[in-house]
Amino acid sequence: MPAFDSAVMKSGARKLWSFIRELASDDAYERYLARHREVHPDVPVLSRRAFYLNEQHRKWSGIKRCC
Amino acid sequence: MNKLIWVLVAAVGAFAIGGLALHRGESINAMWIVVAAACVYAIGYRLYGAWVAAKVLTLDATRATPAVRINDGRDFIPTNRWVVFGHHFAAIAGPGPLIGPTLAAQFGYLPGTLWILVGAVLGGCVQDMTVLFFSTRRNGRSLGQMAREELGPVGGYAAMVGTLVIMVILIAVLGLVVVNAMRHSPWGTSTVFATIPIAILIGLYMRNIRPGRVLEASIIGIVLLLLAVVGGGWVDSHPWLRTWFDLDSVTLAWFVIGYGFIAAVLPVWLLLAPRDYLSTFLKLGTVILLAVAVIVMRPEIKMPAVTQFIDGSGPIFGGALFPFAFITIACGAISGFHALVASGTTPKLIANEGDVRMIGYGSMMLESGVAIMAMIAATLLDPGVFFAINSSPGVVGATAEAAVETITSWGFPVTVEQMSALAAEMGESTLFARTGGAPSLAVGMASIFSSAFGQGMMALWYHFAIMFEAVFILTTLDAGTRVGRFMLQDALSNIWPKFGQTSWYPSVLISSALIVAGWGYFLYIGVVDPNGGINILWPLFGISNQLLAGIALCICTGILVKSGKLRYAWVTGAPLAWLTIVTTVATWQKVVSDDIRIGFLSAANHTAAQLAAGLLPPEQAAVAPQLIFNQRLDAVLAVLLTAILWVVIVDTARVCMRVVRGLPVLPSSEAPAVTLPAQA
Repeated sequence: MPAFDSAVMKSGARKLWSFIRELASDDAYERYLARHREVHPDVPVLSRRAFYLNEQHRKWSGIKRCC
Repeated sequence: MNKLIWVLVAAVGAFAIGGLALHRGESINAMWIVVAAACVYAIGYRLYGAWVAAKVLTLDATRATPAVRINDGRDFIPTNRWVVFGHHFAAIAGPGPLIGPTLAAQFGYLPGTLWILVGAVLGGCVQDMTVLFFSTRRNGRSLGQMAREELGPVGGYAAMVGTLVIMVILIAVLGLVVVNAMRHSPWGTSTVFATIPIAILIGLYMRNIRPGRVLEASIIGIVLLLLAVVGGGWVDSHPWLRTWFDLDSVTLAWFVIGYGFIAAVLPVWLLLAPRDYLSTFLKLGTVILLAVAVIVMRPEIKMPAVTQFIDGSGPIFGGALFPFAFITIACGAISGFHALVASGTTPKLIANEGDVRMIGYGSMMLESGVAIMAMIAATLLDPGVFFAINSSPGVVGATAEAAVETITSWGFPVTVEQMSALAAEMGESTLFARTGGAPSLAVGMASIFSSAFGQGMMALWYHFAIMFEAVFILTTLDAGTRVGRFMLQDALSNIWPKFGQTSWYPSVLISSALIVAGWGYFLYIGVVDPNGGINILWPLFGISNQLLAGIALCICTGILVKSGKLRYAWVTGAPLAWLTIVTTVATWQKVVSDDIRIGFLSAANHTAAQLAAGLLPPEQAAVAPQLIFNQRLDAVLAVLLTAILWVVIVDTARVCMRVVRGLPVLPSSEAPAVTLPAQA
C-alpha cells in the first residue's frame, strides 16, 4: 500500500478548500443560490452584487466585533 | 487509562505552575508558561467545562437548535461547527487581550499569567458558554433582551447603558493606543494611513469587479498591506516625504477622530467590511505565526516573577496588584463584551446544541491563549527597556537621560545608548514613552519573529506588528462607533420616532457625530495629558468591561435559579462575586484614594492646587482646567458604572429570592423543545 494515496489527498485538499471558502464566506452566493432553488424557485434570484451588498448591510447592523 | 492521562496532565501542569511561581533567578524559559497554560486549558476544557456543560446547563444534543428549526437562510443557518468556531473567535478576539497583559506585565509575569489562566477557565469561558447556551435556547436573543425578559426592565436598561459607556471608553483608549504608536513615526504613520486606501480598493473590488469573491480580494489586500509596510520604510528614508508623516499626538488624534466619523457614515461595503476581512485574516495568521515562533524560539522571560510595583507605585498605571491587575487584564481572562457577541449572531448558526461547549468555552480559551502570548512578548524584553517604552514622561521624566536614570534606580538597568540602538534597529527615532502597549508588544513580536524566522528584518517586523494592531484597532473603532450609533438611534427614537430610521441621513450624521464626540473627547484629553492618558483610560475601560461581564453573569445566575438549579448557581455566582469585589474596590480606590496616581479626585485637586499656586509650566497650565474637569468626570463615570452593576445585582437577588420563596416571577423565555428526528 502506498504511503500517499493521491485520491485521498485530493479529496482531503478539496475538503480543506471548501472549508476555507465557507469560513471566509467566499461561497455565500453559491449557498444562497442552492437554497433559493430548493425553497422558492419561482422567485427571481438576487444578482451576485445585490446579494453581497445585502449581506454586508445585514451583517454590520449589530455587534460584530469586540475588544 | 483515560484517568491516568488526566492525572499526568494535572501533574505536568502543577509542576509547570510551581516552577513559574517558585523560580527566582535571572530568567526563565517561556516554555514553562506555555506548558502551564496548555495543561490548565486541557483540564479546564475536558473536566470543568464538560461538567458545566453536562450537569449545570445540561446541553441536549437531541434538541433542535434555532438554526435547525427556523433555518431561514439568512440569520438562522445550521453551520459547520468549525466554521462557527472560527467566526465566533474572530468576533471576540480584538486588541484587548494583547494590550491588557502587556500593561499588567508591570507587576511581573506571574500575577498576570495566573489570572489569565484562572480567570478564563473559571470565569470568562464559563460566561461565554453560558450566555451562548441561554441565547441559543432563546432563539438567539440579545443580552439586553434576555435581561428584560428574564429579570425585568432594570437589567435591560443597565445592560444598554453599560454597553454604550464601555463602547465610548473602549474606542477612546484604542484610539490613544494607535496615536501613541504613530506619534513622530513616519514609517508607522504612512503604513497605517496606507491601510485605508487599500481597504477601500478591496471594498470596490468586492463590490464592482468581482462581487463577493472574499478570498481572492483578501489575498490581494494582504499582499498590498505587506507592501505598505515595506513602502513605509521607503517613505521614512525619503528626506522630504517623511516630514509629511512626522506628526505630533494632537494632530494624529484629530486625524483619528475625523477618520472615525467618516468611516462610520460611509456604506459598510466601502471600508468597514473589506477592512474587517483583512484584519481577520491578518489576526488569525499573526496569532498562528506568533504561537509557532514562541515554540520554535523558546525565548527567555527576563521580567521578574513579581516586581516591587505590586504595592501600587507602578509607572504604567497606578494601583496595587489587587484589584488593578484584574481590571487591567480584562479581555484575556473575562470580557463582558463577549456576552454581546455570544448572544445574537453566533447562536443562530449553531447546528447542534452539543457544540456550545466547543464554541463558547473553546474560543474563549483560545482568546486567553492569545493573552498568554502577549504576556510572553512583553516579558521577554529587558525589564528596563519594557518600562522605558511604556512609562509616560510625567512619571519617569521628560528627557531620555532622566527616564533611564529613574528606571535604573528601580533596579531595572537601561541606558540611553541601548534605547537608541533598539530604536534604530526598529526603524524609529525614539521608543521612549510610547505608552499604550502596542509599541512594546511590537518590539517583543519583532524580536520573536526575527529570531525565529531570520534576523535582520527587525524594522520590518516591528512595523508589520504596528500595522497589524492598527488595522484591527481601526476596525473596532469603526464597528464600535456604528454600534453606538444604532443604540443611540434606538434610544432617541423613543423621543422622536423618525430618528430611529437607521438609514435616514440626518439621523445617521447626528448620532454618529454624538458618538464620535463622546470618544473623541476622551481621546483628546488622553493625548494632552502629560501622564499619558492610558493611566486613566485603561482602568476605566477595565472597570466598564468587567461591569458588563458582571451584568451578563447576573443574567446567567438569575436564569439558572429560575430554572431550578439553585445548587449550581455558584458556577456563575462565584465569578460574579469576584468581579463585583474587584470592580467595587477598584472604583472606590479610583475615586477616594489620596494617591494622585490612583484617585481621580485627589489628582484633580492636586492639579487645581498647582495651577492656583502658579507652579505649572505655561503649556501644562493651558490644559490644566480640562484635565481637572476630566478627572472629576471620570470619578462620576466610575461611580455610575459600579452603581449600575449593583442595581442589577440587587434586582437579580430580588428575582432569586422570589423563586426561593415560591413567589411568581417572569416566565422563562426559553423556546419550547423540539426533538431532532433520530439519526439513521
